[in-house]
Amino acid sequence: MAIEKTAPAIELINVSRRFLSPTGKSLTAIRDFTMTVERGEFVAVVGPTGCGKSTTLNLVTGLASPSAGEVRVMGAPVKGIDPRIGFVFQTDALFPWRTVIENVMAGPLFRGKPKAQAQASARDWLARVGLARFEQHYPHQLSGGMRKRVALAQTFINGPEILLMDEPFSALDVQTRVLMHEELLRLWSEAKASVVFVTHDLEEAIALADKVYVLTAGPATVKSVYTIDLPRPRVVADIRYEQSFIDYSRTIWADLKEEVETSYARAAA
Amino acid sequence: MTDATINISSANFRPGTSDAEIEAAAAKAAAHRRHTVTFWRLAILFVFLGAWEIAGRMAWIDPFFYAMPSTIAGRLYEWITEGTSEGPLWYHLYVTMEESVLGFVTGSVAGIIIGVALGRNRMAADIFSIYIKLINSIPRVVLAPIFIMILGLGLASKVALAFVMVFFVVFHNAFQGVREADRAMIANARILGASDWQLTRSVIVPSAMSWIFASLHVSFGFAIIGAIVGEFVGSRFGIGLLINIAKGSFDAAGMYAAIVIVMVVALGAEYLMTLVENRLAKWRPQPLHETQ
Repeated sequence: MAIEKTAPAIELINVSRRFLSPTGKSLTAIRDFTMTVERGEFVAVVGPTGCGKSTTLNLVTGLASPSAGEVRVMGAPVKGIDPRIGFVFQTDALFPWRTVIENVMAGPLFRGKPKAQAQASARDWLARVGLARFEQHYPHQLSGGMRKRVALAQTFINGPEILLMDEPFSALDVQTRVLMHEELLRLWSEAKASVVFVTHDLEEAIALADKVYVLTAGPATVKSVYTIDLPRPRVVADIRYEQSFIDYSRTIWADLKEEVETSYARAAA
Repeated sequence: MTDATINISSANFRPGTSDAEIEAAAAKAAAHRRHTVTFWRLAILFVFLGAWEIAGRMAWIDPFFYAMPSTIAGRLYEWITEGTSEGPLWYHLYVTMEESVLGFVTGSVAGIIIGVALGRNRMAADIFSIYIKLINSIPRVVLAPIFIMILGLGLASKVALAFVMVFFVVFHNAFQGVREADRAMIANARILGASDWQLTRSVIVPSAMSWIFASLHVSFGFAIIGAIVGEFVGSRFGIGLLINIAKGSFDAAGMYAAIVIVMVVALGAEYLMTLVENRLAKWRPQPLHETQ
């Protein structure tokens, strides 16, 4: 299959998605949305709150299907949940009744791997995210940053070729967030996955991504795309003080600000 | 640069405020609190029983109807050592327990299975909800004569009554628990690769478990009610039969003695349930200060 090899990891082609509100009204979350993510590329999606950023991710997972347009993963249209996809959630989606290691083992076990193999692999991933000593703890015994690390291990253990992240670090304090950025970039550079990272934090987007998509206020469509040409490996804690980072930040913010203001004015109206 | 260095080891505590002293004081206060609680619990029990006994002996209340703690204790002793007029006490207790336990187990298993199934299937839930509401609106005990007519005086009719007492409570909680399962957690499991069955078994049921357990606590008591009411209405053995016979012979002490037996059994069951729940729920955060 020659097409399989060369096709981009994710393509959204003129996609629209409508919802029915609880009162039975049809609402458009995203319209005429086109985005391409190349293999191994790190793409960040920024936009005003509630504009439909998360919807784009749900379309790629197959948890939601488009009302119009086409969503392709590795060159093939999305049909149901694709096993090559990993997803890191904004909220805590760990299973609280399972220990840390049982949480990390969940993916391989669901996929029919033998228990011993799943356990060995989970140990390996816990060591990689620095939680080897916390195998037998329950999620409630860990800090927010540690729980996010468990979530990363839980996702990466399945060896995803595509990694979707929905504001994964927004609930963490600023210092922990920077540590998690470093952790994520390290895991990503080892795993060679394609990433779509949804966030409302522009600096986070610039620090991490190869490309930043700016969305309009809802219904969301792509307003502009910026290629971030900062050298890798990046040191997230320091990169924000570099002149080129500040320039990117200023340019993109000027663009994003309009949409944020539109969205804010609409919410206030 | 700062030139004020803080040396923690030489920090001066006010006397009586070191860590060890604070901890010792807290432990002492907790022990004192425990003793006070135990003391008042026992005191209230003794005052209540004493007042009852005195009121009976002074003929302020008629011991013929209200009995007295001493006559109740006497009747219990007699039942335990010599057996009841209907045969050994242990056999009656065994019969009632057998009915309750069978009704409890079948009722809660059926309640969990059907509750989870309807909780997972919105269409089926919408169709059946009206019938469940209808049946649920029947006061359960009026079913006792019907079950006895159909199933006879033996075990089956009491188990059936205990079953319907338990089923609806557990069903409602299991159903609600499934509905309350966290959506992000479900999406996470599906993306991690869980099939529908794996999702139900390893995400939906465990997350509904705290709801289900809350219902199991009350429903063992309901199972005992079902068994005893069934025995009232018609039976050859059981604690309910003992109460019925005591009523027929105006034996107040016998009735209260049977109630005491049921109380002890229900408390024991509750205690066991809490032990099981604590074992299963060790993943839950513990409160920082345990009372009791």
